[in-house]
Amino acid sequence: MRYLPQSPEEIRAMLDVLGLSRAEDLFASVPEEVRLKAPLDLPAAVPECDLVERFIGRSSRNRSLTCRPSFLGAGAYAHFVPSVVNHVLLRSEFYTAYTPYQPELAQGTLQAIFEFQTMMADLCGMEVCNASLYDGASAAAEAALLAARVKKGRKVLVARSLHPAYREVVRTYLGRLDLDVEELPFGSDGRLDLAALKERVASGAAAVLVGQPNFFGVVEDVGAVAGALPEGAERPLLAAVVTEALSLALLEPPGRQGADVVCGEARSFGLPLGYGGPNLGFLAARKAHVRQMPGRLVGETKDHLGRRGFVLTLTTREQHIRREKATSNICTNQGLCMLAAVVYLALMGRKNLRELALRNLSKAEYLKARLKGKGITPLFSSPTFNEFAVTLKGTPEQASEALRKAQMVGGLDLSSPYPEFPRGYLLCATEQTPREAMDRAAEILGGLP
Amino acid sequence: MSRFLEEPLLFEKDRPGRVGVCLCTKDVPTADAEALLGPLARKELPARLPELSEVDVIRHFTRLSLMNYAVDYGLYPLGSCTMKYNPKINEDVARLEGLANLHPLQDDRDAQGALEILWTLERALCAVSGMDACSLQPAAGAQGEFTGVQLIRAYHEDRADRREVVLIPDSAHGTNPASSHMSGYRVEEIRSGPDGCVDVQALRARMGSDVAGIMLTVPNTLGIFERNIREVCEVVHAQGGQVYVDGANLNALMGITRPGDWGADVMHINLHKTFSTPHGGGGPGAGPVACKAHLEPFLPRPVLVKEDGGFRWDHDRPKSIGKVHAFYGNFLVLVRALAYIETMGGEGLKAASQMAVLNANYLRARLKDHLALGFDGPTLHEVVFCDKGLPNGVTTLDLAKRLIDYGFHPPTVYFPLIVHGAIMVEPTETEPREELDRFVEAVKAILAEAASDPEKVKGAPHEAFRRRLDEVSAARNPVLTYTPR
Repeated sequence: MRYLPQSPEEIRAMLDVLGLSRAEDLFASVPEEVRLKAPLDLPAAVPECDLVERFIGRSSRNRSLTCRPSFLGAGAYAHFVPSVVNHVLLRSEFYTAYTPYQPELAQGTLQAIFEFQTMMADLCGMEVCNASLYDGASAAAEAALLAARVKKGRKVLVARSLHPAYREVVRTYLGRLDLDVEELPFGSDGRLDLAALKERVASGAAAVLVGQPNFFGVVEDVGAVAGALPEGAERPLLAAVVTEALSLALLEPPGRQGADVVCGEARSFGLPLGYGGPNLGFLAARKAHVRQMPGRLVGETKDHLGRRGFVLTLTTREQHIRREKATSNICTNQGLCMLAAVVYLALMGRKNLRELALRNLSKAEYLKARLKGKGITPLFSSPTFNEFAVTLKGTPEQASEALRKAQMVGGLDLSSPYPEFPRGYLLCATEQTPREAMDRAAEILGGLP
Repeated sequence: MSRFLEEPLLFEKDRPGRVGVCLCTKDVPTADAEALLGPLARKELPARLPELSEVDVIRHFTRLSLMNYAVDYGLYPLGSCTMKYNPKINEDVARLEGLANLHPLQDDRDAQGALEILWTLERALCAVSGMDACSLQPAAGAQGEFTGVQLIRAYHEDRADRREVVLIPDSAHGTNPASSHMSGYRVEEIRSGPDGCVDVQALRARMGSDVAGIMLTVPNTLGIFERNIREVCEVVHAQGGQVYVDGANLNALMGITRPGDWGADVMHINLHKTFSTPHGGGGPGAGPVACKAHLEPFLPRPVLVKEDGGFRWDHDRPKSIGKVHAFYGNFLVLVRALAYIETMGGEGLKAASQMAVLNANYLRARLKDHLALGFDGPTLHEVVFCDKGLPNGVTTLDLAKRLIDYGFHPPTVYFPLIVHGAIMVEPTETEPREELDRFVEAVKAILAEAASDPEKVKGAPHEAFRRRLDEVSAARNPVLTYTPR
């Protein structure tokens, strides 16, 4: 076995040092009654050449987005990843290292996290950002838990226009902590219903969670949401949940519009779709709440010779110190995904990230216009970023089948999460969606009964 | 010349006008963002995104990488972290286009290859753990713990059985109490006996109808197998409780013994420990949960089912605890774990556990006359020493930092909490004998220095990129983002 270095002679010599004759004797402390008597029910070892064949076979049984135009977003957006990102991720010094508990041996990872925190805080219009969480959904749940700790409240208000999977994860996280999760309706413009918000907040709430853009792709007026909240001690924390981080380059940052927390999913920054994982959750907040934040934080400091260095800090929030009183149970997070994002953002720079975001907007607007020309109108009139909802002429199922037959990947059927929209369909266009495919898709969707 | 170069922050390297990417060709007219978005359009460019060339970026991260220690460089003996070798072929298969470029919401018919991978991995993890069902959704060990405890909670609630307490040994990882607390349970610590195992008499005395379950790490964080595990399970079950096994140390047990056969009801498995997926400087990991049939109805939605026509996701799971992840978990990590399992085969996994235990016991045998053991009993994949007998005020931390100068990553220190100045060593099966011997010689040399030149040890590391860093001021006055001076 090529991953086990010891030769049979060396194994014998090492067993001799222990005064044992067989490897089985190493397990004398495992009681006989619980020892496994039969071999594991697993196939025999596969040599590398056969393994490669097997995985190529599995890979080819998927119809991925490679060479197949797609209109699917809904929390996972297809973006081009420059080659440089993957080359940095493949450096052993990054991917075969542990969480940077020994700072003298992990300055590379620590400095990259510090750079990530800085760039993400800036993009979000916030003061601090953590070193990552699992994904956007658990980041939303952690934001609600953070608010419940800060405000000592028992009620969390979640926009019904927030990603359905995120809402479900929030419920899983909060459901058994006797925290109430209530949903806030959206108005006919697709935005949060501010009148309903004011009414619900009046009876006291710890948090308000709103998607930005929301699940329909609609850009929320976060400033107006913040303005609808009461002042003073009664004010809940407002969390803007971002499922498409690229939008931060083009939209006014939620942190500058009155949000207290900006959290969500940053997979769009340099990570492949990967059938939904691994992702890059993040949570940015104000300094005032830093001691209640979940997840790892890196801080700047000096070494004994006065040279700048970085360390994991404020660790008394964390489970390995505080155990059940910790702000979260998170330990392993999404370190390498964070690294991908730092590399990606460093390559893009401020101008090109904005330009890319603008191109995403342009593509989506083009598709919107083409569909309008075929009589397929947006579900809501509010502005959108790279994703928008429409009312189809046929059913969503017909639409997806027709596009699939044309070797394209259709949008998302909105009728199951939102039964009031039986012909609702969510479409996304990014820099990866060719004009020619949008033209064809408009023809196909326009031709449905 | 030092192998380290001082490397500024990205923001200090910012040179406006430099370009690091070439965006795709434009094929649609540019939209008028200001007209479309009005006051919702971003007013200023994000100032902290630097402008750099591709070369600048590669140099920056290559220089940063050289400041890190890594498994591919040498022994990384962090106890309970299982820093084994990360096979290279796994990185390649996880980058196949059909896997990496698959959208999670595509039609199940278009994802049959991915679903086959997940199905095969679920079956393999059930085989290794002796469990009946498995969810691959949890993104890391702690989320697996949370999911597992939620299963226990949902099971009791489904039977209208209200319970409030989870019992956790004092040797447990911090994530265990934190995960139980997040599930709404009160945590009670149970003391270890003098042999480092759960005190069964004390457990019997405490166990009652208010206890939802017990969380046990086996082998525990001392590396000791719970010799009364059967009895522990019986005591807990007799009062209606459930047994959770933290699989952080499963690397000691593959093919040797299975939690499902002891009577455990649910466990999580850290694929980034036992199944060789990279730790990535702190993730992404994967923490699948495996359970017995009576907990299966409560697993996170959706659940993978195999039918005549192929695989599909079943979302209609009325008793499910709900989702814990936006999609199906860290899929590309799961791909790597299956590549490892198929490369090793059943016999290979058993050999890995045997060699992990051999390596740990070899280190123990060669070091025990020099460092005092935390507990005397037999240990499996890791060994815990204590600071008893370190001369001249030299501490565990000093020893750990001095190991850096000898070219090693230090072991886990000051954990488990029940051992004074703990030094927890887990070499894993992928270390060659000479690397272990080199480590033994380094420890012996440091102990000799501690006796003859203690200040040298206390001032370590001397050879790293940085000397000891001031963690106290970092926490007192947190500087968490860059501001220009």
